[in-house]
Amino acid sequence: MITPRYTREIPQRYHLEAGKCTECNFIAFPPRLICPECGSREFEQISLSPSGKIVTYTVVCVAAEEFSTETPLPIAIIETDEGARLTAQVVDCDPEEVEIGKRVRLIFRCIQKEGLAGIRQYGYKAVLEG
Amino acid sequence: MTGIVGYGAYLPRYRIKIEEIASQWGKDPTTIKNGLLVHEKTVPGMDEDTITISVQAAKYAVQRARIDPQEIGAVYIGSESHPYVVKPSGTVLIDALGIGPDVHVADYEFACKAGTEAVFVAYSHVKSGVMRYAMGIGADTSQGAPGDALEFTASAGGSAFIIGSEKVVLEIEATYSYTSDTADFWRREGRVYPEHGGRFTGEPAYFRHVLGAGREIMERAGLEAKDFDYAVFHMPNGKFPMKAGRTLGFEKEQIEPGWVVPWMGNTYSGSSPTGLVAILDVARPGERILLVSFGSGAGSDAFVFKVTEEIEAVRDLAPSFKSLLEENKIYLNYGEYAKFRGKILMNT
Repeated sequence: MITPRYTREIPQRYHLEAGKCTECNFIAFPPRLICPECGSREFEQISLSPSGKIVTYTVVCVAAEEFSTETPLPIAIIETDEGARLTAQVVDCDPEEVEIGKRVRLIFRCIQKEGLAGIRQYGYKAVLEG
Repeated sequence: MTGIVGYGAYLPRYRIKIEEIASQWGKDPTTIKNGLLVHEKTVPGMDEDTITISVQAAKYAVQRARIDPQEIGAVYIGSESHPYVVKPSGTVLIDALGIGPDVHVADYEFACKAGTEAVFVAYSHVKSGVMRYAMGIGADTSQGAPGDALEFTASAGGSAFIIGSEKVVLEIEATYSYTSDTADFWRREGRVYPEHGGRFTGEPAYFRHVLGAGREIMERAGLEAKDFDYAVFHMPNGKFPMKAGRTLGFEKEQIEPGWVVPWMGNTYSGSSPTGLVAILDVARPGERILLVSFGSGAGSDAFVFKVTEEIEAVRDLAPSFKSLLEENKIYLNYGEYAKFRGKILMNT
């Protein structure tokens, strides 16, 4: 991820900024220009709540080089309490503990580093509730 | 009245026991534990650093302060493990919390007292009327070289404090700083691990500054040890703060509530600030707290706090220190610890 793209995505990565269609209430995360449900161009800016549940997940055992020390690595599709869906790494747990339907909380963590000299990229990950 | 209006601590879930480190280096764990009075320490996750620790502690502080983050006029993070040498940790934090861009941001460094340094300056801004709220944070993912004595205690965690003049939880009654050129512990530019002067870090460094600051602030405030309900001193190990407290006339019962090092380790810039947060788990309105930090190099910042009625309204708005320390712990073996801390030489 190059620096300009990372910087542009900060509103979503740092505080879950989304667009809520003022016509049909569809929540677009990340925000869109046109609602895929009703075609409206009118959105209200909202921040998603940092909590939700696991819709589905997988455990990555052979990861890309920058994540190779973190395997086995659970990655889940999470539905926030507003109904928006996003993909996030599930951390601070044994992968065996990850289950469909479990409640999670989104937290602020380092996502990846651009080698030893590049920027450190931050954003949301998930931890199991309770 | 000016003082702390919101506070929060954060500790990673990972731990390593002192026995595990001692056995790696062929040392007797009982001797080490009795010498340091430390049983285990926190370890940051591979995706945690001073920035992520500061962000979580700061979020809890905002929850307790019940303020709009946009009203915070300054954010200062004190640490000796800022992830960047050039690019302030605070720039990431303000965007993560929705503070600014009308905000003054700076990273502070003064070994283990960088956190109280940040609080000291934040307090001065609010007291002078320049801004309504200011935040000071002390956080670290402390470094200790493999096999060095520091490896038994260098841990991770931090605490954040919002200073204001309305709905004050902890009134700041007095402040004082004591500083000198004392080379007891340092890390040169580009080096990964700090160096220290061994036993020289004791009497000429820690005790001279902590006792100097403690005695002077009490004299200036017209207070004695018996006038305080709690006292917290920088905790490089378990013995030093207990000895410093007893020398200043404090009883064990006044020191123990903030004496968090035996189960947390030394979180460097987050050490005495997190001890203060631990005291706030149990402190009652009207009680008085002495805090004396210590940063090698060397210096001590001292504060006299008085707890107000507001403590009861804010205490449960974020996790207690006790819950952060005791719940959901994940223990690592030395191999996992070495991987987490980047101590394994990789080929990429």
